[in-house]
Amino acid sequence: MTRTPTAHQPLRVAIIGAGPAGIYAGNILARAVQDAGGEVGIDLFDSLPAPYGLIRYGVAPDHPRIKGIVNSLHEMLDAGTIRFIGNVDYGTDLDLADLRAHYHAVIFATGAIRDAVLGVPGIDLPGSHGAADFVSWFDGHPDAPREWPLDATDIAVIGNGNVALDVARMLAKHPVDLLPTDIPANVHAGLAGSPVTDVHVFGRRGPAQVKFTPIELRELGDIPNVDVLVYGEDFPRDEHSERLLAASNNQVKVMTRTLNGWLTREPTGAPRRLHLHFLHSPVEVYGAGRVEGVRFERTEPTADGGVRGTGEILDYSVQAVYRAVGYRGTALARVPFDEARGVIPNDGGRVVDAQGAPLPGLYATGWIKRGPVGLIGHTKSDALETVTKLLEDFDLTGQPGRPEEDAILALLDERGIRFTTWSGWLAVDAHERALGEADPSPVTRERVKVVPRDEQVGIARAESLVSS
Amino acid sequence: MDECPVDCIYEGDRSLYIHPDECVDCGACEPVCPVEAIYYEDDVPEQWAEYYKANVEFFDDLGSPGGAARTGVLAFDHPIISALPPQVVAGA
Repeated sequence: MTRTPTAHQPLRVAIIGAGPAGIYAGNILARAVQDAGGEVGIDLFDSLPAPYGLIRYGVAPDHPRIKGIVNSLHEMLDAGTIRFIGNVDYGTDLDLADLRAHYHAVIFATGAIRDAVLGVPGIDLPGSHGAADFVSWFDGHPDAPREWPLDATDIAVIGNGNVALDVARMLAKHPVDLLPTDIPANVHAGLAGSPVTDVHVFGRRGPAQVKFTPIELRELGDIPNVDVLVYGEDFPRDEHSERLLAASNNQVKVMTRTLNGWLTREPTGAPRRLHLHFLHSPVEVYGAGRVEGVRFERTEPTADGGVRGTGEILDYSVQAVYRAVGYRGTALARVPFDEARGVIPNDGGRVVDAQGAPLPGLYATGWIKRGPVGLIGHTKSDALETVTKLLEDFDLTGQPGRPEEDAILALLDERGIRFTTWSGWLAVDAHERALGEADPSPVTRERVKVVPRDEQVGIARAESLVSS
Repeated sequence: MDECPVDCIYEGDRSLYIHPDECVDCGACEPVCPVEAIYYEDDVPEQWAEYYKANVEFFDDLGSPGGAARTGVLAFDHPIISALPPQVVAGA
């Protein structure tokens, strides 16, 4: 049935990015409109065939509890008010003009998935890696290479946030302890061949300024057959540090207790060690043709809660370096971008131009809106702010006509885009669970991920054809 | 509660309760709690041990509702909370 555009029809919104930010925005929008007695049509696009963004491709595989967030997101998508359309790349398969033609508003929720720059000499030497690339590899991202060089016995991880801990843990953990996760076979095989003995994590600031969360820090101490080592000289006892600690929040106090506990814990003689170093600012990655070590400058706390260099130089011999100094957003075609911050410039979620004037109908939420900080849950309150702005801008009693809802699918078909749907994802999901069940390894595996894009799309679209 | 990715913070008459099974340990609520009253279970200070018990037992009869939006504000509290003297300023 073809319905011609009418002058008054329900609000139609496209969300670009089906990670937590996009799904929360869609859910909050759907509920708010419903509560107001209105109607809204929401299409949720992702460049990948599968939904869930960084939960599927950013959360470490040995954190299944956090992945439980997927259950909540699944329910939101399964409710039927949000239509998932995967394997569609904004800027390539659809552009802004297409979205403007089919929707009244567009919410960009594309996140921040690239590694932030660490501007020290030698950072591009072979053996030096970005954390985001490594995470993509171990999480089975379809666009990541399937081979990862794991030939180092000594590894440096630069950064003091949870991603640095994920990287260090995945490198240090014995592969047998990763078997119960959803890691693809090639990742397990790769890690099983790693000769690593020592992983060193370096923070520029002190132990009371780490950006970890308490539970992720504590977890390091429970990794089987890995000793966690910290060093007394990295724990400043000066008045600034004592004052900062006294004024700090519960999380910092809890983490300080954890770290202090490790100071006095005797190593067990485990075959692998995870070292945490503080007050180390990276100066250069050195080596003849490939990474041979990292040079740091010792820092000391300052009165304002920062640190300054002391001039003392400390060299560590390592064969690989991972920088986990933050993520960075990527510019989107025909959407303003703040190069300095790596975000879409916005006012509470309304996309603004260089002069700060709102661009009607365009919104941003999540990490592409406020930068890659905070935990998954913080994305939810952020989405609420953006959706509130959007609803201030639109009259729910009727909007100018747009093509019928399936016109966008016809357009994608016309362009030869092999988009995936919610029922398609359910098929991939079931397939991955079946792979887990059929896995011959001695442990229970809930899921084994399908990695290649074509394979995911094939499974998803076969299901769509059958069910339609 | 706007921060909880799985909507597992339930509102009783006088207190909020975190569902021990529905919580995914993400930690998003800890830094945003205005009264710093949220701790991971292993870190609950000794003097608050009763509240840990109250938090867990609150769900004995409720089971796992699957999200606080489904129950809305609940008109009761755990007996430990109900027995507390009224406060002049309402907590968060």
